[in-house]
Amino acid sequence: MDANIVSTDRLTKRYGEHIAVDQVSLSVRRGEVYGFLGPNGAGKTTTLRMLLGLVKPSGGSALVHGMVPGSPDSLRRTGSLVEGPGFFPYLSGLENLRVIAQYRGLGRGEAEEALERVELASRGKDRFRTYSLGMKQRLGVAAALMGRPDLLVLDEPTNGLDPAGMASMRRLIQDLSEDGQTVLLSSHLLAEVQQFCHRVGVVVGGRLAYEGTVSDLRGARMLKVHAEPIEKAVQVLTGTATGEVELTDDEDGRTVLAADADGIDVPTLVRGLVASDIDVHSVSVSERSLEDVFLTMTEAEK
Amino acid sequence: MKAWTDSARAELRRLMLWPVTWVLTGVWLTLQILFSFVFPYIAYRSEDPDAFQGGPAGEILASMLPSSAPELLIAGTPMFGGAVVMIFAALAVGSAYGWGTWKTVLTQGPGRAAATGGMVAAIGTCVAVLVLVSAAVVLGMSAGVAGLESQAIDWPAFGDMAASVGATFLVLGMWAAGGLFLGAFTRGPALSVGLGLLWTLAVENLLRGVANLIDGLEAVTDVLPGSSAGSLAGAVGASSSGATATPGVFDALSGPAAAGVVAAYLVVFAAITFMLIKRRDVV
Repeated sequence: MDANIVSTDRLTKRYGEHIAVDQVSLSVRRGEVYGFLGPNGAGKTTTLRMLLGLVKPSGGSALVHGMVPGSPDSLRRTGSLVEGPGFFPYLSGLENLRVIAQYRGLGRGEAEEALERVELASRGKDRFRTYSLGMKQRLGVAAALMGRPDLLVLDEPTNGLDPAGMASMRRLIQDLSEDGQTVLLSSHLLAEVQQFCHRVGVVVGGRLAYEGTVSDLRGARMLKVHAEPIEKAVQVLTGTATGEVELTDDEDGRTVLAADADGIDVPTLVRGLVASDIDVHSVSVSERSLEDVFLTMTEAEK
Repeated sequence: MKAWTDSARAELRRLMLWPVTWVLTGVWLTLQILFSFVFPYIAYRSEDPDAFQGGPAGEILASMLPSSAPELLIAGTPMFGGAVVMIFAALAVGSAYGWGTWKTVLTQGPGRAAATGGMVAAIGTCVAVLVLVSAAVVLGMSAGVAGLESQAIDWPAFGDMAASVGATFLVLGMWAAGGLFLGAFTRGPALSVGLGLLWTLAVENLLRGVANLIDGLEAVTDVLPGSSAGSLAGAVGASSSGATATPGVFDALSGPAAAGVVAAYLVVFAAITFMLIKRRDVV
């Protein structure tokens, strides 16, 4: 069996002059949680729509479950929520799921079970129209779960959820992943995906700018030292650090020293600074957040 | 094949639970009862010769009795019943775009042809049921009038009634297919309903008016959807002139010719709907 459940080869979508998705070649491995990241309008949703056969590609190709995207067999094994939930507003949440289960050729029990899975069972009899944004979103996820598909495609699943809802959505996705389901989810909130995505693809301006693990994307840890007088501190740090030492401003606008944290023994460094009669205000080792990386990438594209 | 029947059942389920289905059914039956029975009956009882299009009282009474049921069933459908089912079909398809339910349905994997076919079958079923209910109402109301006026109940010949039911289904089916086409074409409920009503209630009538002035145009207007449906209604027995005439009923084409043209419109509208839904991106 192919290790990739989804793979695309130079997938492209053009709307007239505008290129929404530009030669994206990505691969989602069986069993992983894949984060598809990018700012709004980067082409994430269009790519997902192409994988579901809703939109025809202008160029390139894609395989989902080894089949042409949008083929009935491929869709039967894929649960999806793309660009917000689409339900009949006059039907109850439960009735909506029953209609969808019927379209999917599933039994009646699936709807109740899916509703419980997203903690909506108590509101199942109410009309969809009366649901809050977060409840609508959860119902959309419930619809995607019906029939226990191998692959879940979730476009911004935490959209409109409050912090508690986000946390339970994250738990749900982790549970699904532990059950062996593959999850392809898109997001523009990087902080939330870095916790549980095995791999990420970053799309900026329609192009895939990066694909790999989150830790590779974030790169090295940074050491930051706020000490005075700064010139003397630079000399001490330069003697200890393996890489280059830079002067940058921290959040409060103070000048701090920054260097690659690898290979630096922090206690030795601090003793060295103190021995040289330097006032040490703060020393920190931080990982670059995805936000930082992402901003750098977005800036680089411009 | 299972995908087709699953889709048809799912679509029928959601249409049955849709308030619009019942509102429009109620509207049509109310129109049917008011214009076929209530108003003519009031005119008849008033004994004022000018009250209802100035026809003789006996003729008005005869038009409400069971023997006139085939004409009563179809008379209002070329224009008014057609408009009602067209609104229904256009809303059913157009709203699905607005709500994003097309996207949800198509990603369940029935295949676009089966999803469209299921929807066409579900709407066809709704129209068929509407025709049968409408026929029952007409027969029941006309028997009621006969009872009130102490007239003998003279049921129409089965063949005449069956022909009327079939022709009514064809006329309403054509307008429903027109609604499907408009809904799929405009991908929204508002514009499709607006265009459909503009056509059935205004444009065709205006064209027919112009056709009287320009030679040769009549040959074209006679085979437009509304006119063909009107000719079919006329062929079944609905009157196109005189005291009991109904707007939208004509006698321009013979019965078989009109049925052929109406059926051709139905097929063409449905085929374009399939093609539109199959080929276009769902965004």
